[in-house]
Amino acid sequence: MIAAIEPTWYLLLGAVLFGVGAFGLLVRRNPLVMFMCIELMLNAVNLTFVALATELGDINGQTAVFFVLVVAAAEVVVGLSIIVSILRGRPGATADDLADLKG
Amino acid sequence: MTDLVWLIPAFPLFGFVTILLFGRRLGEPRAGHLATAMVLASFAVSVAVFFDLLGRPEDDRSQVETLFSWVPVGTLRVDMAFLADPLSITMCLFVTGISSLIHLYSIGYMHGDPKFSKFFLYLNLFVLSMTVLVLGENLLVTFLGWEGVGTCSYLLIAFWHTRESAATAGKKAFITNRVGDWGVMLAMFLAFSSIGSISYSVLNNNAESGLLAETTATGIAVLLFVGAVGKSAQLPLYVWLPDAMEGPTPVSALIHAATMVTAGVFLMVRVNPVITVSADWVGPLIAWTGAITALFAATIALAQTDIKRVLAYSTVSQLGYMFLAVGTGAYVAAIFHMVTHAFFKALLFLGSGSVIHGMNDEQDMRKMGKLAKFMPFTAATFIVGWLAIAGVPPFAGFWSKDEILLFALADSVPLYVIGIVTAVLTAFYMTRQVVMTFYGEAKWTSLANEDEAPTPAEGEPPVETHGAHGEFKPHESPPTMLLPLVVLAGLSIVGGIVQLPALGITPDRWEHKLESWLHPVVAFGEADIHDTWAYDNKTLLIGIAVACAVVGIAAAWAVYERRRASPFEPELFAQGWHFDQAISWFMGNPGRKGFEGTVLFDEKVVDGAVDGAAVAIRETAGEVRKGQTGYLRQYAGLIAVGAVLLLAWFVIVRGLF
Repeated sequence: MIAAIEPTWYLLLGAVLFGVGAFGLLVRRNPLVMFMCIELMLNAVNLTFVALATELGDINGQTAVFFVLVVAAAEVVVGLSIIVSILRGRPGATADDLADLKG
Repeated sequence: MTDLVWLIPAFPLFGFVTILLFGRRLGEPRAGHLATAMVLASFAVSVAVFFDLLGRPEDDRSQVETLFSWVPVGTLRVDMAFLADPLSITMCLFVTGISSLIHLYSIGYMHGDPKFSKFFLYLNLFVLSMTVLVLGENLLVTFLGWEGVGTCSYLLIAFWHTRESAATAGKKAFITNRVGDWGVMLAMFLAFSSIGSISYSVLNNNAESGLLAETTATGIAVLLFVGAVGKSAQLPLYVWLPDAMEGPTPVSALIHAATMVTAGVFLMVRVNPVITVSADWVGPLIAWTGAITALFAATIALAQTDIKRVLAYSTVSQLGYMFLAVGTGAYVAAIFHMVTHAFFKALLFLGSGSVIHGMNDEQDMRKMGKLAKFMPFTAATFIVGWLAIAGVPPFAGFWSKDEILLFALADSVPLYVIGIVTAVLTAFYMTRQVVMTFYGEAKWTSLANEDEAPTPAEGEPPVETHGAHGEFKPHESPPTMLLPLVVLAGLSIVGGIVQLPALGITPDRWEHKLESWLHPVVAFGEADIHDTWAYDNKTLLIGIAVACAVVGIAAAWAVYERRRASPFEPELFAQGWHFDQAISWFMGNPGRKGFEGTVLFDEKVVDGAVDGAAVAIRETAGEVRKGQTGYLRQYAGLIAVGAVLLLAWFVIVRGLF
């Protein structure tokens, strides 16, 4: 018999996914990959919300997830179009090349 | 009729605007006719308002006409309002009356000047400012006129501005007046901050009902006095008035007789309740300033050779008498002397203008003489003015000067002595002037023979009497110039009738007319001298005054006409006690060093502090901006570190888990 999946596991998975996303954001230079890492972090948080909502029997957690999904979708539209327009002008640019705001 | 009081300034305003817009097209002499008609209309309105007020009971003779709300700011409410009361209407009567005569005279005097219409533009603006000044119901409206006459004096003194000395004199007048103006402004601020209003009625009512603290009243009175000293040319701010002679002669007459210099005395009388409730030393301060100025200016007048400068210093001296009167609580006498002085000083100035005109712009009395033969009307009217200012009865100046001396003696003996000495000097220098100008030997022929005939000033056409060899013959002035002289001479003879003393000779109802007319305005401040020794011996004082006038005239006649003694004209007096030079020296040496020190302080300390702060901020910012690398990873990493630190703080310090 497979042991019942404890809520703790979901939380651990969420934490791991968040850590992977954060680590990837810090070490990768490809803007597209960094963007994906951000998505990973967002969804890690979503997972945590859902897990806790189920555990605590509180619908508010799931509601928050919907907000995050909608905002993330909008953010993808904006973010991707920025990245595409940048890469069109400077193909192969890394995040470190885009340091125009250096003080 | 009283509600039409706004017409008094409105007529000169209309003349001013019309000449401003159409002056060139009007040209000579229509611009002059228009300006004269406007001032004459103002005079007519003043007369009408005067009779209207006269027909009312005494306590109903003050009416405020509000045109519109001028400065409604917070609790400060300043209306553009005119006050028609005995004092302001008295001022209006003689200001507009004498101004219209001076306008008429100017038509003849300024004949042929290329800036003819502009001259009348300024004259009308001058009368407008002066009427606003005297009619103002609050300090701000008065101040509007106050600054207006200051500006006009600048424009008119510097009227022939291509002449260096005229331009300088104009600037001097304006700047000296500004020195006094700060006093008036501070007085307004003080009045507003202490009683919340700058209206005369509120100010005077508060003073009369004891609501005005003594220190506040002292502050307001002294600050207004500072302004009056500047405007009315008292020590130490008199220096602009003698230089104001650079303007055309009608301007001198206007400034000295009808407008401008009387403003200071008027303001003092207007706020007489405030002066009355101020500290004990304020009255003596005003009286002594006036007395010392009177004596000081009279000594300078003894040794002047320019026909107009003698009159200028005599104006300073006579204004000193008026302040002496104000300081001793003789407000009626101050106004009385102002009116009579306006008559005879306007007469003397216009007469001297006629002389200058006839002498082809010669102003040096040493080059005149024997002119009575050539200019009979001018000489006759000038002699009337001379007797009036010298204090010979029954001419106007005698009565007013006597009244001032009476109050001075009731107040303190030294003031009276100074007044009497000044009276002797006045009679002396005026006689000297008359003798040098109209009698003695003719000194101008020799000048003409030496071919040194003065060239006409710019804007003055060559006079027809110029002979082929530069010879000229003095000539009488045209009728437009003589008519004002005759009218003013008449007024100088009978002017004293408005305030005859109670000597028991004249019918009772002829006596103290001006005093009973002004009574509602000055009742609170007027000194009561009925129980003093001076009042009981009025007849004796009159005898002394007449004796002084006779002594002065006789002495000068002996020196200058009979040549019994050599003239006493020390260089010190001719140079005006070196007062101007002292100011120049002071401003040039210690003053200049002070200013340079201020500049140094500004450059090093003030600028240094400001610049230093800017440099410090820029350097710091230069260091801080190095943190902005522009690398996205770094920002993300810092956010991560920050998040971890926050979490750690919550967990460890706050102990959330």
